[in-house]
Amino acid sequence: MDLKDGADLDGFRRALRGLVAAGVEPDDVVWSGGAAPSLFGDAAPLPADAPPVPLPRPVGALIGTVVCHRDPERYALLHRLVRRVVRGERDILDHHADPLVHRLALLDKAVRRDLHKMHAFLRFHEVHDPDGAERYVAWFEPGHFIVEATAPFFVERFESLVWTILTPVGSLQWDRRSLTVGPAALRPEGLDRDDRFAEGWQRYYESTFNPARVNPTAMRAEMPRKYWANLPEAAAIPALIRSAPARVQAMIEAEAAAPRRRTPDRAVAAMARQEPASLAELNRIILAADPLVPGATKAVLGEGPEGAAIAIVGEQPGDQEDLEGRPFVGPAGQLLTRALEEAGIERGGAYLTNAVKHFKFAARGKRRLHQSPTAGEVKHYRWWLMKELGFVRPRLVVALGATAALALTGRSVSVLRERGPMRFCRTGSEGWDGFVTVHPSYLLRLPAGDGAEQACRDFVADLRQARGMVEGPG
Amino acid sequence: MDDALLDKLGILADSAKYDASCASSGAKRRTGGPDGLGSTTGAGICHAYTPDGRCVSLLKILLTNYCLFDCAYCINRRSSNVRRARFSVDEVVRLTLGFYKRNCIEGLFLSSGIVRSPDYTMEQLMLVARTLRRDHGFAGYIHLKTIPEASPWLIEQAGLWADRLSINLELASDRSLKEFAPEKDGGAIKAVMGQIGERILEAKEEKRRFSPAGQSTQMIVGADASTDLSVLETSDTLYRRYGLRRVYYSAFSPIPEASSALPAKPPPLQRENRLYQADWLLRYYGFTVEEIAAGGEGGMLDLGIDPKLAWALKNRGRFPVDVNSADREMLLRVPGLGARAVDKIVEARRHTTLRLEDVARLSSGLKRARAFLIAADHHPGGLTDRTDLRQRLVAPPKQLSLF
Repeated sequence: MDLKDGADLDGFRRALRGLVAAGVEPDDVVWSGGAAPSLFGDAAPLPADAPPVPLPRPVGALIGTVVCHRDPERYALLHRLVRRVVRGERDILDHHADPLVHRLALLDKAVRRDLHKMHAFLRFHEVHDPDGAERYVAWFEPGHFIVEATAPFFVERFESLVWTILTPVGSLQWDRRSLTVGPAALRPEGLDRDDRFAEGWQRYYESTFNPARVNPTAMRAEMPRKYWANLPEAAAIPALIRSAPARVQAMIEAEAAAPRRRTPDRAVAAMARQEPASLAELNRIILAADPLVPGATKAVLGEGPEGAAIAIVGEQPGDQEDLEGRPFVGPAGQLLTRALEEAGIERGGAYLTNAVKHFKFAARGKRRLHQSPTAGEVKHYRWWLMKELGFVRPRLVVALGATAALALTGRSVSVLRERGPMRFCRTGSEGWDGFVTVHPSYLLRLPAGDGAEQACRDFVADLRQARGMVEGPG
Repeated sequence: MDDALLDKLGILADSAKYDASCASSGAKRRTGGPDGLGSTTGAGICHAYTPDGRCVSLLKILLTNYCLFDCAYCINRRSSNVRRARFSVDEVVRLTLGFYKRNCIEGLFLSSGIVRSPDYTMEQLMLVARTLRRDHGFAGYIHLKTIPEASPWLIEQAGLWADRLSINLELASDRSLKEFAPEKDGGAIKAVMGQIGERILEAKEEKRRFSPAGQSTQMIVGADASTDLSVLETSDTLYRRYGLRRVYYSAFSPIPEASSALPAKPPPLQRENRLYQADWLLRYYGFTVEEIAAGGEGGMLDLGIDPKLAWALKNRGRFPVDVNSADREMLLRVPGLGARAVDKIVEARRHTTLRLEDVARLSSGLKRARAFLIAADHHPGGLTDRTDLRQRLVAPPKQLSLF
């Protein structure tokens, strides 16, 4: 069978179909690659367009790698494997100790290793086009016929760059849209000329080497000499090895440096100083930080006087809050404002904030649909909420809904069953007197009717009770 | 890249080289797409090896080697006379992208001395990761070394952008830490490990991104009096309690500008190697810390033979095991058989009865395994119990020349 030079997977597949259809035994086939004609004259004609040979997936994958190997026997070995599969040994590859399977596994391993080394040791060099566009060129000498097989890796990794890979067995070119597979190439001259990054890479390579651990054997096991010629950093290796013993000796002989300033005062003071010292400073941190939930555009901060007697904690800002940058301004916020008024609490005198500082939403067309934060996300924000309340120092904290209760207690709370007074703990022994009730958005979702009106009255009653807890008896 | 940046790169790579945790494996597959840059492959790629035999997978540098702290084992401690330098956030970003585009690295491993305050430093590290990801669509690997004294919210932010977070424990015991790293607080380090571990678990359950390649740590071996047993006990606790992905062991190596509090001579590098082997037994071979330690003497591993062989020699009553019938757990305890070889044996013996030459095809460690294995055509006979078995299995010592 005549196949193209290199890794001719398609040619092998076509030939295999014909051979299997004609029932030809592996020992009766002479495989030859490239232009060299077969020594044994013309091959017997095989059926054209024979049907595909159904193979288990692992066998197909093995063929794909093994055809890349340089071993001239590879096609014959694969043919023998396929013959056995066709005869019924479908799980032949599990039989690791079988001599044929073992031999093919070694070829497969060698090709995979070569692929891995090309992924690892290929170096791109930036070349300067006359128009100033960024373009990268690499030269590599693989051990097997793997150039095309490496293409998906490089395309995936450097999809946004324009690059060329040249090798003695073929070349690849990527222009950010399409891949061109080209012929064998010659080593280009002066690739790393004027590339300061190549120089920087060498400096890095030399600096990251620890002379006290010199072990060239281990290095060569993973990076054999044959690759060194095309690795710019490898030029530094001989000098690094040569100078290592002297460098180590110098370190050991050098007298231990007497500690200079050893007082830890500055470091300790710096750690103490870094905590935000005021609510305003904390708010600056919150505003500068990225949302820890998906969706949000900006943080919505708490609102109200420091030292307010009551702090009210909701779940998270909604669509309108996110746009206005203020808490409790949407429909639920308006309902809360009315309820506070009925309960005799002045909104402006209370501190209003949310457990989660950003609006978590999923975009559905033009609409931004509210999504509840997960327990993990609530915990992300818990640090800030605790610090915030620490600055406000309220006498009572009111949790609106389950998310706020989760943030304040660290556990999931059933609001309807546990509504009422509750102690909220920070880490450690500190904490706040608290009160759990429903979130006003829950009231908005109830279908209109008696039940809904009763629920609103209960909510106002809760707020009134909370007010009573702050004002004391009388 | 101008000369000044080149110079800084030299200083800040040199300062970072004592950190062993530089692997790029364990990240989920990811690509940058048509406008981004880079990918992670899951397995990790080592792009070069230096003459110390260790791989270069990531650009491993410090943001700065100025430091407020004064940890005796660290070349960058406040009282050291080492040359100092400092990168800006943009410089690190530029270097990472430049090297990445030349296919020199899989990504960035960024650590830092503590300047101004722990929070300020942590924020700078986080900003590097954020700029790479958000402004440049960088999909390569990013490993950030967490500053344990930084505020929790900064660590939470860092976890959004990094593939892996790590905090170096450095010394196995709180007492050593107090002695050698007076400003460090073992409790604080573990508290942050706990915080990160918890967030990683939650994020996984909620299918969010938070340090998806897990967290790791490093312990320096040989700078203090800790035994291998206590080092392994600490690792075991870290794996179980905080779900750490890796513990790295770094044999204390002499540093220029050494502190007088430290030993001048390095411990044998072999000790580090044995600890890594023991660590594998712990994580993949079902051994307990006690079993591993029992293979050595006085809480130290045997430097002459690997810990699995050491255990087997002291537990000969459990051998030989039959390669054709033993269960997987026991095969894993046979010296010379790795986990991959054991899996192949278990699969292959469903199809055939294995002879010694079959096992030889599946494992490269047959020389050691012979004395502990029964195969269809092989029984070690009295070999398992011979008093000179250890000598027979250990290659005769020969003069090694390192240089």
